[in-house]
Amino acid sequence: MSIRRTFSTTGRVLRQISHDPRTVALLLVVPSLLIGLVAWLFSDTDVFEQVGPAMLALFPFIIMFLVTSIATLRERRSGTLERLLSMPLAKLEFILGYTFAFGLLAVLQASIAVAFAVWVCGLEIDGPLWLLLCVALADAVLGTTLGLFASAFARTEFQVVQFMPLIVFPQVLLGGIFLPREDMPDVLYAISDWLPLSHAIDALNAVAGDTEDAAYVGGKLLIIGAFALGAVILGAITLRRRTA
Amino acid sequence: MEHSALALRIDGLTVRRGRNVAVRDLDLSLARGELVGLLGPSGSGKTTLMRSIVGVQRLESGTVTVLGQSAGSPPLRHRVGYVTQDVSVYSDLTVRENLSYFATVLGVGGAEIDRVVAATDLGGQLKQLAGSLSGGQVSRVSLAAALLGTPELLVLDEPTVGLDPVLRSELWGLFRELARGGVTLLVSSHVMDEATRCDRLLLMRDGEILADTTPRQLLADTGTSDAEEAFLVLIERHPGERTEERS
Repeated sequence: MSIRRTFSTTGRVLRQISHDPRTVALLLVVPSLLIGLVAWLFSDTDVFEQVGPAMLALFPFIIMFLVTSIATLRERRSGTLERLLSMPLAKLEFILGYTFAFGLLAVLQASIAVAFAVWVCGLEIDGPLWLLLCVALADAVLGTTLGLFASAFARTEFQVVQFMPLIVFPQVLLGGIFLPREDMPDVLYAISDWLPLSHAIDALNAVAGDTEDAAYVGGKLLIIGAFALGAVILGAITLRRRTA
Repeated sequence: MEHSALALRIDGLTVRRGRNVAVRDLDLSLARGELVGLLGPSGSGKTTLMRSIVGVQRLESGTVTVLGQSAGSPPLRHRVGYVTQDVSVYSDLTVRENLSYFATVLGVGGAEIDRVVAATDLGGQLKQLAGSLSGGQVSRVSLAAALLGTPELLVLDEPTVGLDPVLRSELWGLFRELARGGVTLLVSSHVMDEATRCDRLLLMRDGEILADTTPRQLLADTGTSDAEEAFLVLIERHPGERTEERS
């Protein structure tokens, strides 16, 4: 493992994105726009107070998943990955380089989304704001790592886009946004316990309502982190230097 | 760094891609400093052979030894340069950003970037995005990246495809210069005329080496005056089972 090669990969990915200002603008602004739309849609009800915190988990998660999986697929398709794998770059350096680059973008994206939801849309957060931000961040990083992992199984752009409904939608459906997890059929509740997004939404709701202590939220963060770490390791394992 | 006399030694290499045998029981040795042309129609196994040498191809059987070490082993990743048929540079980075990233991965300094930029005549394009360059310029960026760190073996998969004759000639001049400096080059092409620029010629078809010769010998053996014609004559002499195992 070389820190230098990892961070030069991070720098390279960020430099690529910086040459594309429209992508940067979309990445940073779109989640806030959608959160604003939800707030407006439910402006005469208290629905936004209930689903608003979960929105903070959802949009960064989905967008980072998509952007990351497509970016790494592009690397496979352009031949640059094959070049890198014939060079002294470790697979973990490659995956971590990407994780850090998109993780940094996720930090910016989540910060803007949280600020917008709280100060513009008037989302009431009873717990500490920094803790909310931490959960949103962990969630965006999770989206990044899952995207990296998923792209290993996609040969084409069409396939990689299909992974979104496959990997992301069930987590959204079972995450407790549409129906509180406690009210689900037992089997679905048990499944939802094994999906990382459920824990992210639990944690965000806990911070928003200040219903649990920091240890509970910390535990949820650990679960999200474990899934992210698992996806990074699996991503590195499934990245093959030799292909058929 | 050990000094094996051979740059490359392949014994009984067989590679399957899908249901096809892409390379069939192939033996090959290259001496250091040789400039070797690998010719053959598309689908003849040139790319698969090159991928095997670089160590990114899964092998069915046989051994590939590069510079005295097993192909693809970590120490070789500093010593072998590879240009794939794809552009394999980042189109959304400038030429300099591309080269400095690959230089960092290889652990070589900025002086190396200046050297390869001069060798590939890219000085005027350093600040341009690779995606905005012409086809010939992009292939030179790709080649420049492969030259970083002065590899001892260069494996170049169709590096001159899409280049105009002047540029092609300049690049072959560069290859010759590198070979004179002791670098071994394996250059694939399907432009038969490029054959005449090599020390040694390998003609591939259906995963086998049909002829291992020199440009002059090839013309003499086939009684022809140019490489393209010579290749056709050779194919007629070896009416292989083209369609076998390709259903």
